[in-house]
Order: sequence, then structure tokens, then C-alpha cells
Amino acid sequence: MKVALFVPCYVDQFYPQAAVATLELLEKLGCEVHYPKNQTCCGQPMANSGYEHLTGGCNNLFIDNFAGYDYIVCPSGSCTLHIKEHLHSHENEDKAIEIRKRIFELTEFLVDILQVKSLKASFPYKVGMHQSCHGLRGLRISQMTELVAPPFSKPAQLLGLVKGLELVPLSRADDCCGFGGTFCVVEEAVSSKMGKDRVDDHIEHGAQYITSADLSCLMHLEGILRRQNSSVKVIHVAEILNHSI
Amino acid sequence: MSSTATKDHPQLAAIFNRDEPRVDWHDETLWWVRAKRDIAAHKLPEWELLRETASQIKNNVLSNLSTYLEQFEANAINNGIIVHWAANAEEHNKIIYTLLEKRGISRMVKSKSMLTEECHLNEYLLKQGIDVIDSDLGERIVQLAGEPPSHIVLPCIHKKKEEIGDIFHEHLGSAKGESDPKILTETARQHLREVFLTRRAALTGVNFAIAETGEFVICTNEGNADMGAHLAEIHIASMGIEKIIPERKHLGVFLRLLTRSATGQPITTYSSHFSKPQDGKEIHVVIVDNGRSIQLGREDFRNSLKCIRCGACMNTCPVYRKSGGHSYHTAVAGPIGSILAPNLDMEKYADLPFASTLCGSCSNVCPVKIDIHDQLYKWRQVIVKAGYTPKAKTLAMKGMAFTLSSPMIYRAAGKMGRFTFKYAPFAVNNGANPWYKHREMPKAPEQSFGEWYAKRKENKK
Repeated sequence: MKVALFVPCYVDQFYPQAAVATLELLEKLGCEVHYPKNQTCCGQPMANSGYEHLTGGCNNLFIDNFAGYDYIVCPSGSCTLHIKEHLHSHENEDKAIEIRKRIFELTEFLVDILQVKSLKASFPYKVGMHQSCHGLRGLRISQMTELVAPPFSKPAQLLGLVKGLELVPLSRADDCCGFGGTFCVVEEAVSSKMGKDRVDDHIEHGAQYITSADLSCLMHLEGILRRQNSSVKVIHVAEILNHSI
Repeated sequence: MSSTATKDHPQLAAIFNRDEPRVDWHDETLWWVRAKRDIAAHKLPEWELLRETASQIKNNVLSNLSTYLEQFEANAINNGIIVHWAANAEEHNKIIYTLLEKRGISRMVKSKSMLTEECHLNEYLLKQGIDVIDSDLGERIVQLAGEPPSHIVLPCIHKKKEEIGDIFHEHLGSAKGESDPKILTETARQHLREVFLTRRAALTGVNFAIAETGEFVICTNEGNADMGAHLAEIHIASMGIEKIIPERKHLGVFLRLLTRSATGQPITTYSSHFSKPQDGKEIHVVIVDNGRSIQLGREDFRNSLKCIRCGACMNTCPVYRKSGGHSYHTAVAGPIGSILAPNLDMEKYADLPFASTLCGSCSNVCPVKIDIHDQLYKWRQVIVKAGYTPKAKTLAMKGMAFTLSSPMIYRAAGKMGRFTFKYAPFAVNNGANPWYKHREMPKAPEQSFGEWYAKRKENKK
């Protein structure tokens, strides 16, 4: 199984350890992982700001890098969703369609494609799980509290395989953290208030770590935690699943 | 509203956020309503089927709108209702003024209607010397305070009971410092009773107009629409063209969804049917377009007209909860308002589709399955292309697109960025950076993943 690793731009630059964990985890699980070296960004920052018409360059670059693999795996629900919904190309629409079908967020890939039933991971801490909206409501990696349907959660299912890990319950299971791409700077006041409230929910329930399948939310929450000099840390779900002591 | 007219959502939301305990209170209050909605929805195993059914009925309505409107008109006229058509807010207001003027009526009682808010009817009639009293309790409170509603179902949800006590003390003569909701409600009740008994004209909104029968249905919890309409000699009902449902049997679907979505109640206290006037009295229906047919013609946005005005999207929206209804500076606030308002005036409301994180919760609670967050995304594209965005933003986006389209430039920029974060943090950790105001910047690692991977590959050789 030839798997291409898509590492979103901000993960590449600021959180390489999450990408390393993703790579190692996939290799441990028997995947032949390739990292196309000329990758940059999915184009979402422009598109969500209303400049989807400027994403042509990013789209073509993405297609050049990622066409022809069995699967494309990405440790970010948000970037995965963007590709799934908005990757188009005048020149190579066939390849774009193929890529849109073959891209998976890491936890959904582990649960749905690799069907992981056990992991050799341990992480003896109390962990709060932040549901990123794009992973949750866009990719449906978990059931949403608004809908009347049976509950499930792919990331929680995986975290349940980790020795010693205790998932803490939250008062608001899937409220948005307020990151929202450029929203975090354009609407700085509301964004940071939303982030503060999400962080409080985790802290009140005794979380030592906040994890998520999306680092963009975690980057936002980390910024707030560090401003508060909190001892609570953020960690990408791949780092936990790849963690053993 | 004049003070907010020149400010946009981020500015108004920032002002609202200066009082953090108040934001918390506003957020908690609305979350409580959202939680009540969840409980009500989860009690019905067929909830998702109901939503789907409602959505499909509305799809049919929007595809055959003119047919159903004409059918409604014919049946209403048959029942003895007088039907008027208004292309825009101005026509709507004029029709109502003319009806009142002909009878020499200078005072009217009104039940809550977001359409009249959209048309600014109260201000218009006031200028013509006509006094309008809003009879919905929440709406009456904001009217006395000289404010527009901040929520379509809960118009004064932004006001605390102590503040309402002050308003009642000033305008209705209640005791100073009185904040007991029971006593305040009784004060309003006595005041409104006098209004109901003396007004010769009553205006109501319309929740559902039934094409098959020519009747219309109004939902209230206080019975104020009935009180006004039954006692007055002329009852004027304002309805948007999208309020049509084809048949009476469809009503059950919407009545089951409306209040569960709005407040978590199984049904409104009063769901009043009006089909013909009492002897010696008149019922008029004003059917209003005001931009709706333009929206109907915008393929990406047409199904925003499915909205039944339950307000569920507002209660669930974390941005609405933490920025307050007035920050949207439009009659219909929140996610649904942000896709309706740009249709009315794209330039004035260019900020609203950006007042969202696109979290998608609004679309999930919507009882008629409007793809609200997807429409917000699409409005952003339209607004940018129409040129209603700051030049600096466009420039930044062009720079970003250029950088991210070239692996070499991207890598160089990344390296430079991380270098700056590490060795010149003052360049980013300052007041000019909106991120930094309440959040630390991420720490810059020694190397990017790309660099790590290249070295790993080298070592493996």
C-alpha cells in the first residue's frame, strides 16, 4: 500500500513532531510511506478568506505532488476536508477527483482503512479530546451532538487502545474553539474568548493534555494556555498513538 | 442602530467582549436554550426524518413559489381576506400606512414580526405620526429601550432582569429597583391589556401560509397576536413570499420542528389559524418580496429562503453567543442573517459572512436543513469578487498564494519565519499582531518536518 504523507504548511513549520509521529505510526502499521517533497499547503487559508480563485497554483502543485498514490494521509481534519471539497484543476480535473477520493485524515485512515484494533502505545495521563469542527462536522470522524444518531468517535476509539490514557468528559463535547483560520485574527476578540472557554472546559475536568486530530485548533488553544502559564499541554493525537514509555 | 451603522462585526463584537462576565452570561443563557433543543430533538427518534421531510416540502415550495402564492391568494380572497403585494420594504410600509390612514387610525398594536423589523416599519409609521406598540414582551422591552431585537425568537435575551426593571421603572412606573420577573411581567401585562383593549388596528406576522386553504398560522407563546387581532377592527398580517406551505397536512411537520428547534418546547403555546374575518372586521395580508426573489435566483443561496425563523442556528453559534445579536447590525442576526443580509445590501453586510468559523453547527441544528455554513463560504467568494474587501487583505492573500504556489519560496519563507520567531520575537510579539493580544505565538522548532525528513533520508542511504 503506497501512502503519501501530506503535512500541512503550519505543521511542517511549527509542529514537525506531529508529522514525525504520523510517519512513524504509519510505518509501524506496515504502510509504505512517501513524503512528496515539493508539497506546501492545501490552499485553505486563501479559500476560506474568500479568495478561492487564487488557489489555482496551490491546487496544481498539490496534484503534481499527490497524484498516483493509493492513499493520501494527513494529520489534519481541516486541510483534508479542504482538499476533499475544493481541490479542482482546469488542466487535471481527473487527477483532482482521484485525489479528493483518496485523501484521508489520519484517524479515519487508521480506523476505516487500516482497521487498527490494537496499538502498542501508552500514555498515562488525563486527556481532553478537542473535536475540530472540520474533522467532526466536515469529515464526520465522530458523531455530532446536534444530530439524533448513534454516537461514535474514530479518534476516541483509537485513544481507547492507548494504555493508561484516561479521556476526561467535557461539558460541551463539540463546541468550536474559535480558531477558524483568518477568523482568529480578523475577529480576534471573539476568537480568543472562544478559545479561553474551550480551554477552561478541559481544565475544569482535570485534563493534563488536550489532544485533537487538528493542530490548528491546538495551536490556538496552546497560545491561550501558554499566555495563562498553564501546566496543561497540547498534543496531536498522532503523538499519543505513537507514544510509548 | 445609528451608532452601529458604521461599525462592522469584528469592531462591535470587540466592544461586546470588553465585559467578559456579561459575555459569559449571554453565552450560558443561549447554550441553555441549545441544550433544551437537544433534549427535545433527542426525544423524537424520527427527528432527522422530520428535518428531511420539512426540507423537501420547502424545496417543492421554492421550485413552485409563484403557483403556491397565487393559489394562496385566490383561496384567501375566497375566504374574505384582502391580499396586497409589496415588491419591497417601502411598498410594504406604504400599504400599511394607507390602510391605517383611511380609517383615521393613529395607534396600532403589533405582535412580533421580523419582517416588519427588516422593513423598519415602526420608524416609518412613527414618522407618519402613528404610534406602534409591540406586544410581544421581549419586543416591548427592546422597544422601550430604543433598541432593535438582538435575537429573532428571544428579542431581549441580551438584557438582564435588573436592566428590564430599570426600563419598566422609567417607562411603565414600576417600583425602582424591582427585578422580580413575576412582578415585572405583571406590570407589562397590565400595560399591554390597556393597549389591546384600545387599539383599533393590529399587525401580526405570519409563520405559515397555507396555499390549499388560504389561511395563515401565527405561533406565539404569549397569545399576544390573538389578543391584538381578535379585538381590533382591522388585522394586517405581513408575510414574506417564502412563508407558503402547500397543504394543511404539511403544517404538522413544521409545527413539530419549529418550537423544539427554537426553545425546546414540544409546541408553541398558541398556534393560531386565521382564515376569514369576523363579521364587520377586516383581515389584510401583505405579501412581501423585498429581495427574496433575487435570492431565489441565486442558485447557491436560494435555499436560505427555506428558513422558518426558529433561531436554532443563533443559539448554537459560538460566535453569536459570544458576540451578541447587535454585533450583526441587521434585523436577522446570527448565521442565517449572515446569509440573508448580503442579498439585501452586499456592501453594507460584507462583513457578516466572515463572522463565522465555519464550524457547521448551524447547518446541523437547522430544522429545514439549510446548508448555512456552506453558504457563508460561498458568500465570501462572491463578496471578494465584488470588491468589498480591504485592499490590504487582498494584497496579503495574493502574497500568500504566490508563496504557497512555489515550494522553493515556501521553504525559504518558512525558514525566515521560524528564524524571526526564534531570534527576533519582538517582530511578532507586539500590539500590531492581533493574535498576540490574548495568545502566545507558537514556538519555532529548529527544523521543519521537510528538513527533518531530508536528513533522515540522507542518513538512511
